[in-house]
Amino acid sequence: MSGGDLREIRSSDDVVRVRQEVRARAQALGFSLVDQTKIVTAASELARNTLDYGGGGTVRLIELRNGARTGLRLEFEDQGPGIPDTEQALRDGFTSGRGLGLGLGGARRLSNEFELVSQLGQGTRVSITRWK
Amino acid sequence: MNRIPILRLGKALLVTIQVDMHDELALALEQDLTQKIWATGARGVLIDISALEVVDSFIGRMLHAIASVSRVLDAETVVVGMRPAVAITLVELGLELPGIRTALDVERGMTLLSRRDEEAEGDVERR
Amino acid sequence: MSDTEVAARLLAEGEVEIIAEWLRLQETEGGGGSGRISSAELRVQCDRFLALLRRGLNQGAETAQDAAFAELRDMLRDLSRSRAIQGFTPTETASFIFSLKEVTFRLLQKDVGAAWALNRLLDAFGLYTFESYQRAREEVIARQQREITELSTPVVKLWDSVLALPLIGTLDSERTQVVMENLLQNIVDLNAEIAIIDITGVPTVDTLVAQHLLKTIAAARLMGADCIISGIRPQIAQTMVHLGVDLNVVTKASLADAFALALRRVGQSVTRVVPAARAGA
Repeated sequence: MSGGDLREIRSSDDVVRVRQEVRARAQALGFSLVDQTKIVTAASELARNTLDYGGGGTVRLIELRNGARTGLRLEFEDQGPGIPDTEQALRDGFTSGRGLGLGLGGARRLSNEFELVSQLGQGTRVSITRWK
Repeated sequence: MNRIPILRLGKALLVTIQVDMHDELALALEQDLTQKIWATGARGVLIDISALEVVDSFIGRMLHAIASVSRVLDAETVVVGMRPAVAITLVELGLELPGIRTALDVERGMTLLSRRDEEAEGDVERR
Repeated sequence: MSDTEVAARLLAEGEVEIIAEWLRLQETEGGGGSGRISSAELRVQCDRFLALLRRGLNQGAETAQDAAFAELRDMLRDLSRSRAIQGFTPTETASFIFSLKEVTFRLLQKDVGAAWALNRLLDAFGLYTFESYQRAREEVIARQQREITELSTPVVKLWDSVLALPLIGTLDSERTQVVMENLLQNIVDLNAEIAIIDITGVPTVDTLVAQHLLKTIAAARLMGADCIISGIRPQIAQTMVHLGVDLNVVTKASLADAFALALRRVGQSVTRVVPAARAGA
């Protein structure tokens, strides 16, 4: 899927910038304060995963207007080592790095739609959508 | 690198987090606090997060670590001023931060800490 | 000269006639004569619509989505919105456009190409008014739903630092969410250490609602406030047990019991006043 705006994730400062930009977008789309906080938090988890496990990558921010519904979709992509067992990675408490192991599962719970595609040696792509 | 300032308030330390922290800054705070509790013999730590719009699992883990380490150093940690939207999101995320004490604001957090101190002094008198 | 330009020219030439006939048709069948909108106001709207239509046609715009018609679409949207709120029916609202079609059709028989171009445009604009009308109505309904939800669950201050949320009626998952967010915000605004959630007036609670309730209690704890649930019916108690509620939720049988506990927690108590006269007797 193309369209939207592409942002680099190469440092932990970029993670902060992603949070701020997602916040600004969600605000402009008229998300409630709780919904804003949920998608910003999910974005923070995924941006950090992209940086820590994927060795850096990108996020694409896409504003969705589907009839009466408004939403925000974020697509994180890296060319890192990939996730061997995605089922296990989604389970709470699983972590191969820092954090409490709530990154992927947490991001899924904070979104309305969640999609994870990972190939060993090729990289990982996570897409989340939150509707207003 | 910028650091988050730690203030001394009687027997307690007060940290007011006012910026969106990147991960290294959060880790530095954890280290600085540990040092400062040990150096000052502080009995309590107040972490005011009322300005924070987002607390993700990384910051959650940091709060948890600070609370655990300070307990080992005989200081109680109280997290104060968490915003409603942040609290709802943390619960949704599955991070209910058990073992961390909370209060609505710094004043109430101080009351909580001094109550604990009084109880501790009561112990001494009884002996 | 293109079809759209011919249409624009014919509209300009017959403008006086068109407006008169258009107004007449609307007064008789468009609900324009019902007094909800003055004929002067209607006339202004007609003039403006025709002017914007001609401007777009002169710029060669062939579809209703063309950028040259942006201002026209804005005008139609505002018009549909205000008519939706004034209580016009969708048919009455769309007849603003469809009655114009009737007028211009006769006039444009002089040029088939222009008639066809204009016809298609007016159909599209007619549908656009329908859509805008519909959207305005949906917004009104959504706003009312929100207001009802907020009105039906007032958060009341019982004492310094003590709040109560008396819930009445069936809780669905959406309502529970709004109510709970509202409660948490009130905890901050009123600086409350204890919130009593009284569910005496709630007949049943499904598992999703019970989960919301528990999440709210967990969120309140993170903020530094405690919740007490009072008035739990037997069936709801069973639901909560099946959910595995070991979240140390404090529960009390009645709102009064919960209030007494809350007062003790904040260091207050209620005592009976003994009148001085009787005490002395």
